[in-house]
Amino acid sequence: MSFNATRPTLLAAPGVAWLVAFMVVPCLLVLSYAFFERGVWGGVEYTFTLENFARVADPLYAKIFLNSARIALTATVAAILIAYPAAYAISRAPRMSQPILLFFAVLPFWSNYLIRTYAWIVLLNREGLTNNLLRSLGYTGEPLSMLYTESAVITGLVYNYLPFVILAIYSTLSRLNPELMEASRDLGAGPVRTFLRVTLPLTLPGVAAGGVFVFVLSIGNFVTPALLGGGRFQMVGNLVYDQFLTANDWPFGAALGAALILTMIVLLLLQARATAHASGERKGEAAQ
Amino acid sequence: MNATLSSKLPGRIVLLLVFGFLYLPIAVLVLLSFNDSGLPTSWSGFSTRWYGALLSNTDILRAAGNTFIVAVFATVISTVLGTLLALGMETRRRKSSGLEALAFAPMVIPDIVLAVALLTFFSRLGLTMGLHTIVISHVIFDLAFVCSVVRARLKHFDFSIVEASRDLGASGWTTFWRVTFPVLLPSIVAGALLAFTLSVDEFIIAFFTAGAGRSSITLPMQIYSMIRFGITPEVNALATIVMGVSATALLISQWLNRQQQVP
Repeated sequence: MSFNATRPTLLAAPGVAWLVAFMVVPCLLVLSYAFFERGVWGGVEYTFTLENFARVADPLYAKIFLNSARIALTATVAAILIAYPAAYAISRAPRMSQPILLFFAVLPFWSNYLIRTYAWIVLLNREGLTNNLLRSLGYTGEPLSMLYTESAVITGLVYNYLPFVILAIYSTLSRLNPELMEASRDLGAGPVRTFLRVTLPLTLPGVAAGGVFVFVLSIGNFVTPALLGGGRFQMVGNLVYDQFLTANDWPFGAALGAALILTMIVLLLLQARATAHASGERKGEAAQ
Repeated sequence: MNATLSSKLPGRIVLLLVFGFLYLPIAVLVLLSFNDSGLPTSWSGFSTRWYGALLSNTDILRAAGNTFIVAVFATVISTVLGTLLALGMETRRRKSSGLEALAFAPMVIPDIVLAVALLTFFSRLGLTMGLHTIVISHVIFDLAFVCSVVRARLKHFDFSIVEASRDLGASGWTTFWRVTFPVLLPSIVAGALLAFTLSVDEFIIAFFTAGAGRSSITLPMQIYSMIRFGITPEVNALATIVMGVSATALLISQWLNRQQQVP
């Protein structure tokens, strides 16, 4: 490479500067707000306090945090249970059609989040399609109120993040050496055992990557609970939103945001360890 | 024959169900946008009247204009910065994990956190917020995505052709424009289209950094305020157009990305 040593640094500099100035600095700034008191008229009083973090642990808010974690976890498990068979089926499709199937599985993910969520309002509404369908099938009772329920929120989260989980699991499945499965079968293991003892453990990094992604984005979500939960289900995302835009308690909002980021970092580190562990095992196997 | 058929069948059923789940809600929405009555309850004939209604809605037109301005500026800035960052990162001799984390962070950070951080930052600076602050904010994640698309291409780039060009007497500048840039162009365009789509569709960060007042409302913000209180036939039409634009941009982006993988 005839590029001199300073050139890569110069090339990267403008992008790095942008990210530092508009992402790192603002994140540190908002984090620092979490250590100050709330001003009388909103705003920030520059007196050091740990009160905001104590409030995050207050039973009232801890309950919302745990409740969001439960909803996010349910959505994560459901998304993995749907995505795994789908990714598996794509990885077993003819080579030529795999990229096309994958593209169309991921396409909705890149389209407008609000619109995809809105589509479920149309479907689950009291006057919506699902109720109409039930009525035409002979159901005569009161229209079911499916919208503004916890199940609606979970359905919306699964629907929106499913494509990414399919992508993450597919990417580990497609890199799998088929000889490993053949060897397992040759050694007398049935298809179920081969799947549980060989395929599944080797694809866990993909499952972990997809799962962490769904969990982090779900727990911090405020659009889906607002639209499909009708504001009845407060999640951490809604709580942060309220502190900044309605309650005007920025320091407390900042502490909640810090808790979210901390959750994310811990999960990403766990995922990185799981991936390193899995690839270490594979290396160990190769050495034997 | 029988064995292969029975082993393929479960896979097909799974794919049918999952694709049904992914596309049915969208299909229903698109279909309803052409329903004359505008109601989800009954089909009263094909009509494009709700699309016509959009054109006379000045709020929507202004929001669409704002979205376009934001997306164009954010795309141009992020494409330049993202491409340079990708070149810088891939030509470094030693990988820096700090740099990797910095370029990766915008893609995983929860958008509500980035949104409140930017709101805090801009108000601390005393900046009047508007379309320009939305552009600044969108460039953050746009540039990370452009960078990752261009880097994927650079991983397969044969740097010996750069050396060959230099050995044959071309300057660094000429080599870049005549050798490196043409090879990277499809991935740069693919990254730019992805950035454009992300910017057009982004809601939360725009919502927090648009400032007060209605003058800098973007299309997703307009859609949010319309759908919070239920279904209107205009939203169905608007949603169909927005999804059509995104899908087209993504199809082209994907096609460009595949073109270059063939040789």
